[in-house]
Order: sequence, then C-alpha cells, then structure tokens
Amino acid sequence: MIAAESRSIPLPSGFAANTTLVRGEGSPLVYLHGPFGQEWNGFLDELASRHRVYAPAHPGAEEPDDLHHLDGIFDLMLYYDDLFDTLGLERVDLVGHSFGGMVAAELAATFPQRVRKLVLIDALGLWRDDAPVGDHVMTTPEKQLALLYNDATKPEVAARLALPEDVKERNKLIIHRFSAVASTSHFMWPIPERGLAKRLRRVKADTLVIWGRQDALVPAVYADEFAARIAGARVRLVDGAGHVPQVEQQDEVSRAVLEFLA
Amino acid sequence: MKTIWFHMQGYRDLPDDFRERHESIWITPPNDELCDSATVGKYLHWNLDELELADDLGFDGLGLNEHHQNGYGFPVSPNLIAATLARRKSDAAIVMLGNTLPLYNPPMRVAEEMALLDCLSGGRLVAGWPIGSAMDTTGCYGITPTEVRPRYYEAHDLIKAAWTRPGPFPFNGKFTKLRYVNPWPKPLQKPHPPIWCAGGGSVETWKFAAENDYTYSYLSFFGHKAAKKLIDGYWNEVAKAGRDENPYRAGFAQLVVVGETDAEAEREYLPHIKNFFDKSLYIPGHHAMVPGYMTKQSMEFLLGQSGSASPFATLGSNFSWKEHVENQGIVIGGSPATVADRLREAVKTLRVGHLMVVLQIQSMKPEQTAKNTRLFAEKVLPKIRDIWDDEGWVDHWWPSGATRHAPKSAPQGNGAARKRAVVRDAATLEVRS
Repeated sequence: MIAAESRSIPLPSGFAANTTLVRGEGSPLVYLHGPFGQEWNGFLDELASRHRVYAPAHPGAEEPDDLHHLDGIFDLMLYYDDLFDTLGLERVDLVGHSFGGMVAAELAATFPQRVRKLVLIDALGLWRDDAPVGDHVMTTPEKQLALLYNDATKPEVAARLALPEDVKERNKLIIHRFSAVASTSHFMWPIPERGLAKRLRRVKADTLVIWGRQDALVPAVYADEFAARIAGARVRLVDGAGHVPQVEQQDEVSRAVLEFLA
Repeated sequence: MKTIWFHMQGYRDLPDDFRERHESIWITPPNDELCDSATVGKYLHWNLDELELADDLGFDGLGLNEHHQNGYGFPVSPNLIAATLARRKSDAAIVMLGNTLPLYNPPMRVAEEMALLDCLSGGRLVAGWPIGSAMDTTGCYGITPTEVRPRYYEAHDLIKAAWTRPGPFPFNGKFTKLRYVNPWPKPLQKPHPPIWCAGGGSVETWKFAAENDYTYSYLSFFGHKAAKKLIDGYWNEVAKAGRDENPYRAGFAQLVVVGETDAEAEREYLPHIKNFFDKSLYIPGHHAMVPGYMTKQSMEFLLGQSGSASPFATLGSNFSWKEHVENQGIVIGGSPATVADRLREAVKTLRVGHLMVVLQIQSMKPEQTAKNTRLFAEKVLPKIRDIWDDEGWVDHWWPSGATRHAPKSAPQGNGAARKRAVVRDAATLEVRS
C-alpha cells in the first residue's frame, strides 16, 4: 500500500480544516469512511489507479468542537457542500461505506446534480423493525468484532485491526477510532435512521449497492431496501464478507466498483 | 457536619452467577429474567420504611437519586419517593441528588416537580442536578453521547431562570424552545432550593460547581482513600474560582457498616459488601466509557495514565474485610468507636460538610439495615455531628425548611445566607443570559 497525500483543507469560519487524503489521477472520486475513522487502505489504492480519490475525514473526529456547529444531517450536508466547493469538485463519483454510505446517500439525495455515480457499501441510514441494525458503540470488543467481520482471523482483517507496538502510536490510533465513533454517533445515536428513506427518491445518480452477505451489523436485507428506493440501482452481494467487504474481499469489491464507474 | 441517610434502592436478590451470565448490571440485564414486579413492590415498602426510620432516628437528611434499568439502584423517578417523604411531619432535609437533567424534555418537568416537592415539604428540598452516567443517558435514554453535557447546561439555565425570573418569558435553547415559561408553582425557598452538583470526578463538573457557587458531592464507591485525589481536584477548582474553603461546598458518599464490635461488623456485613461489589458495580468499560460521552481529552488523559480498562468492573468483589476496611478504605466498618474515628478522619481529610452514608447495602435485609442505622444514629452520629463547628462555617447549601439540629443562635433558615444567594444569582443570570 502506498500512502496518500494528506491535505489540510480550510473551511468557512467556525470549522477546523478538514484533513483530506488525496491520491491518483483521473476523474474525481470522493470516498466517505465508516464509524471507525479515516484510513487509507488497499481498496482505496485500487480506486486511485483509475481515479483521483479524495478521502476526507468526517468532521468532529479530530476537532470535537466542530460538532457544536453541526446539529444534524442538514448542517452536515452544507459542510460537505462547502468542502466540495473548496476542493473544486463540481460533480463527483461518490463511494460511501457504513456511516459514510449513509452520508453519501444523503448527499446524493440533497444535491443530485453533484453526484455522477453512487456506490453504497453496507450503508447505514435505514431501519426495519424485523431486522434491527446492531449496536457497534455500547458493546464488548468481542461482540463488536463479530458484528463487523465474517472472519476476523483473516490476515487482511488482522492487519486492519492491529495496533502499533509503540505505545504513543498505539494510543494515537485508539484515540483516532474512539473520536471517530463519537463524531459519527453524533449523527445517528441511538438508532441510525434520520428520515433518509423518504429522501432517497431524489437520488438521480446511477447507483451500485454492495453488501457483505454475512454483515451482522447491517443485515443484507438492507441492500434491497436501498435498491427499492433508488431508481435503477443494482445490488451486488459479496460472499465471505461482513460489514467491511472492501477489506474482507478487496479484489472482488474493487473490481466491481471500478467496472461500475468505468 | 450534616449526615444524610442515602438509599440506593437496588435489587436485593440477584442470583449468585449474575456475573457469569450477564454482561453488565446496567442497561441490558434482562428484566423478565431478573426483575420480579411483586418483589420490587416489597422492596419499595422496605425502602420507604428504612428512609422513614432514618428520619425518626435523627439523621439530618434523607438522600435519594435517579437511575434506570439496572440492579445497582433503580429509583427511576425519585420525585415519587420524595413525595411520600415530603408528606411526613419532619424537619429533615430531602436531599434529592438528584434529577438527571439531560433526560427531561422539556426540563420544565424538573422545575415543576421540584417546586411542588419544595412546597409540599415546607422548603426541605435540596435540588440536586447530576449530569447522569453514560449508562443512564446514552444507554437507557438514548441521548446522543456528544449532547449529554450541552443538554445539561441548557436545562440548568432554563430551570434556574424558571425559578428566579417572573413568568411568563420565552426561552430559546438549542434543545428546548418554549414560548411561555411560567411554572406553577415556583419553589417555596427563595430564590430557589439549594442546588447541588454531583459526579464521579470529571473536571468540567468541578469547574461548573465552583463557578456557580454550588456544592459538589463525589458519589462513587471507591472509598475515602481513593476519593482524596479527586476531591482535592475539586477544591483546587474552588480556589481557582476565588471561593472560600467552606467545607459545606463538598459532599461525599461512603458505605458504612456498624456492629457492636469490629468482629461482629465483619461477620454480619462482609457477605453483603462482597455481593455489592460483585454485582452492583459490575459495569464494563463499553457501558461506562462511551465515545463522545467521554471526551477525547478525558480519553487521552486516561490512556496516558494507564490502560483503557473500566474503573468499575474488577473492583473489590474478592477483597477481604481487611482489604476493604483497612488497606483500601473502601468501606468504613466496625464497632461504633472504630467507625466514628475513621469517619472523622475521612471527613477531615476530604474536607466535606455533607456526608452521605450508605447503610443499606443491596442484599442486606430490613432487620440488618435497621440495626446498622440504629447503631449509627445512637452511637456514631453524636460523635461526628460537631465536626467543622470549631471553624464556624455556615451551610449555605442546606434547605431553609430543614431546621433539624440547626444552631440555636443562627437566624431562622440561614437568612444571612439567603441574602447572599440573591446577589449571587443576579450576577450569575447576568453572566449567563
């Protein structure tokens, strides 16, 4: 894996600068991360082989005070609108995972003209009483692992979870994840549903819904829930993958996304 | 010093294999399996009997608090319990510690109910406003972790304004918007019942209490030795805010067991102490330290200090009597003489004017609780009542209608203190509005 360039993107007054990871050449693609925080990984490397990938940090993770100015989804939409403007991104392909998938879907519904193609990977944002979404926050580390992965012993997963030997680096990573959970929970605790279902009809982008068939946090029935509300959306279930298919089945997911965006 | 008989109101008959079978005492212990309604009815009568006994035996105050969905203590809506106590003819304080402000929407409910209690009790109410544990706020009541404190501060401003400003007036908060704030009634105590803060040791709360000139009570069960560092942190904030060293600015909760002799105390109460720490304080890290409820700053501090283990989960269930009572000082127990000596030392060291004694420890039967309470009232209380008298401080945070053991020379209801409070409140309102 090759590291991406980390850019500090200034935002209109009141917000701390957004740390956006940038890499690759080609048409612009924005990737929105899940509840455990910003990262650069093999999946993004593959996307960056054909696209210029921008992976911003969710606001509030690094600077918790930002959350005082973000009172819900509407404020969050304006935050990203500002960020895209600052990055000079008129129209992008948007890929979102988990919480990032929820935000991506909201953006595609709020600003249909900004999104060319939309990829939702195990996205949060909808709710079914007969298949409740799990709780990744107030749960034991063991249960959390089971919610997130089909097979946590796979080397790819182990590598993602590994903590650095160096105590200072390790604490930094723990804080990074802790703060990401705090700042994403700000928009979805205790039930990750804020009315997205009624807004999805506005999505105009060509949409691909990718889901880990064994996702125990957001069961795969939600793939159909998204597809049913977005005109023309396609669903691709990924076998041998839980909530993070782009890590557990990186090749398959990368290929599917690149082909869809081509 | 003021001594408050504090009732935690827990579930007294939890199974011995509780820890093996359940992840936590809070939020998720399954109600149908563990919480029998008829049994709870029995407990509630016992709880009230015990509180009424404490009232009859001369404690300065009766302490209640609010918690939800757990076996540690589930008073749920403590104002209901307080209402039955308020009906009794008594001169003891009703120390409501308290109503968890972020859980009320609109928080006018607290303004109204506490005012009602104050009127009903003849001005005996302490208005305690804790922020609430992560378990109660984010776990049981679904409050967004990052909103717990903002909601607390806003509710505080609203209730205080509702009690001190003439109604009706509009209140435009972020979480509560009201066109007409005009509670009927306002509290009997003027400008309002004494406000008490409480907590488990977060710096933000110390600052808030010190800056607003409220009293702060440290409520945890690690004992007086472990409390020293935390209470000192609070006193440090008090000094920084330019306040005096009045010991009534601080309170502290302590588990206490009294026997005729040290040996008897150990024999009778140790099983209940072990049971309490084994089950009631079985709170895992994923329930106590929720991201966002716990700030990034606090997490960095904690990681820098040690690891990320929950401070509660492993505490004390296997400790011996000696470990509890002497080495760790978690429990104060023994003969009346031993208990009085230890309490005096703890109170002096921590510099607390409000001592909350926990004499009903979860699995203790009513007879044992009564015995513990009687021994304490008859043989310990007289020996600790005079602590701080030599320094001559006035308790500005005691309800004016709670006149029990009031110094004969002092003006009725701390009139001087009240006058000061008016000035203080005017200044506070100005700053905050």
